[in-house]
Amino acid sequence: MAEPRPVVVEELTRRFGDFTAVDRVSFQVGRGEIFGFLGPNGAGKTTTIKMLTGLLEPTEGRGWVAGLDVHGQRREIRARIGYMSQRFSLYPDLTIRENIDLFGGLYGVAGTRLEARRRWILEMAELQGQEGSVTGTLPLGFKQRLALGTAIIHEPAILFLDEPTSGVDPVARRRFWDLIDGFSHRGVTVFVSTHYMEEAEYCHRLALMNRGRLIALDTPRRLREEEARIRGSDPSSAPPPSLEEVFISRVEREGGAVLG
Amino acid sequence: MSAPLSPASLPSGPEVPGVPAQSSFRHRVALRAARVRALVRKELRQLFRDPKTKRVIFVSPVLQLILFGYAVNTDVRRVATWVVDHDQTPESRLILDAFTASDYFRIVGRGDDPSAVGRALDRGAARVGIWIPPGFARDAKAGRAPAVQILVDGTNSNTATVAQGYAQRIVNQVALEWASRGSGPGSAGAALTPGAAGIDVRARAWFNPSLESRVYNVPAVCGVIVLLMALLLTAMGVVREREMGTLDQLLVSPLSAGELMLGKTLPVAAIAMVQLALVTAVGLLWFDVPFRGSVAVLLVAAILFILAGLSVGLFISTVSNTQQEAFLSMFLFILPAIILSGFLYPVETMPDFFQTLTLANPLRHFLEVVRGVFLKGAGFSDMPFQFAVLVLMAVGGLAGATRRFRRVMG
Repeated sequence: MAEPRPVVVEELTRRFGDFTAVDRVSFQVGRGEIFGFLGPNGAGKTTTIKMLTGLLEPTEGRGWVAGLDVHGQRREIRARIGYMSQRFSLYPDLTIRENIDLFGGLYGVAGTRLEARRRWILEMAELQGQEGSVTGTLPLGFKQRLALGTAIIHEPAILFLDEPTSGVDPVARRRFWDLIDGFSHRGVTVFVSTHYMEEAEYCHRLALMNRGRLIALDTPRRLREEEARIRGSDPSSAPPPSLEEVFISRVEREGGAVLG
Repeated sequence: MSAPLSPASLPSGPEVPGVPAQSSFRHRVALRAARVRALVRKELRQLFRDPKTKRVIFVSPVLQLILFGYAVNTDVRRVATWVVDHDQTPESRLILDAFTASDYFRIVGRGDDPSAVGRALDRGAARVGIWIPPGFARDAKAGRAPAVQILVDGTNSNTATVAQGYAQRIVNQVALEWASRGSGPGSAGAALTPGAAGIDVRARAWFNPSLESRVYNVPAVCGVIVLLMALLLTAMGVVREREMGTLDQLLVSPLSAGELMLGKTLPVAAIAMVQLALVTAVGLLWFDVPFRGSVAVLLVAAILFILAGLSVGLFISTVSNTQQEAFLSMFLFILPAIILSGFLYPVETMPDFFQTLTLANPLRHFLEVVRGVFLKGAGFSDMPFQFAVLVLMAVGGLAGATRRFRRVMG
């Protein structure tokens, strides 16, 4: 039996009253892919992720995560994915070990497996020997990696990260992305939203969102090349446009199209 | 790669470890229990780690108990009294001595001018004035009903009524003593009763013979504390997580809404029971409140009442986005609940409409049970109505709250 694609979305829509937060978005994500979601605040990135992780019911459209329906199989989806959001910084008043054990308990990871996972998380977050420290006192970069570790304590095949590195310094961010890259090499599908342009470069494919709509979807390289072509500049002489330039001109063109 | 990854740490195939596709019923139940246990453990750790929370849980009940045990005292004692004796006879002095000897009145002034009594009451220097008119002893000896005038400051109607009653009792008593001795001081066996002699009405209060308000108030503190905590800890516990963003993290885990609810409420229920025990122990040992009933009856009532309280707390947690909102909702519930419970003001004296309203108040029924168990030794069969209502509220409240919680969190 063929393995289902990790994420398949067709015309997914979410409205809050009159406001359409996500407007008929369609895409697919392949196994082991790092799929980037790029867009300004309020573009609909978080809403999309919440629909895919079972936190929000879609208003319209269809979607499958690990082959499971986002409408009817939200609980089954939750057991198969890892999720980490920008706001999540674990329970600050619990110790590192207590936080790890809590999520172990919630995901049914126990016994020797929990011990092995705990060891792995501490190693990955470079927090060996500090299990008894209170989580709230850790520097943000460590907290973020610990949060990532607990989010994947059950070794999910699909990982949703909602602006995971916001507020973290560039060095810590870089190390975080090294980890993400490692997961991808091992076949884990990573769905990540960000508004840092240099992070977008690490993604295999990028989905550009603006005002709830998907306005571009391609590899970072092809998005830049296409932008250069549209500008009519000579790729051999002029410096290639940055992703930021791509993004801004795309958004502007989109705005123009709406007005025209 | 800056961080090491063990080779077995990530899955290589589509199977997801830890989530068997076809898990048996027993396995699923075990996983459920493990999730609830993990959450309960976390809740208790958080509650007991924070010194502020610990104070709220253990110190505030005792503090409230002391407040209600000492400060809220509706007993009338040592009422400031102004005396004018225009008779100046051994008989009039005997009456005044009886007033002084009792613990109920405290003579704060004496005068010759009857108008001084009125002035003392106006100034607030005294709450009760006693005027013995000239001819008191003469009337008594002649067998005519002698008169003593007692003026009472009626601004506090409760104190006024009680003080008036005491004063009447004291005068009656003195008169009766004279009569029973067969001869008043210098009289020829005439009854000196100010009222009608012959009928001696002696009221005896049961269950609380010395009519101490403390005995009535202290057991009731149990109910208020338990309700307050059940509401506060439940609502705040859920809403704080929503504010922090950790609630989403719990909701994307396999934890179901029902499990989340259990994990959040079980520790609160346990703490409420501990507080109940604490308040009861302090009440019995420190305030000498009697405990005449059975612990089992109190326990059953407490469990039902806590369930009703938790339901309200859960409901508030589903309608509040911030802790301030939750706090406000809680306040809007708890204030009428206390006023309409008979905790401080008896239900019987409320207007009919409000009396009917108290029937919908779980605190009213719980307080009746608590006072019944402590003071009267009442059992289930003595309070079938109260228990029926509590069962109804616990079951109905929990069902409603669960439905709402599932819909909001699911």
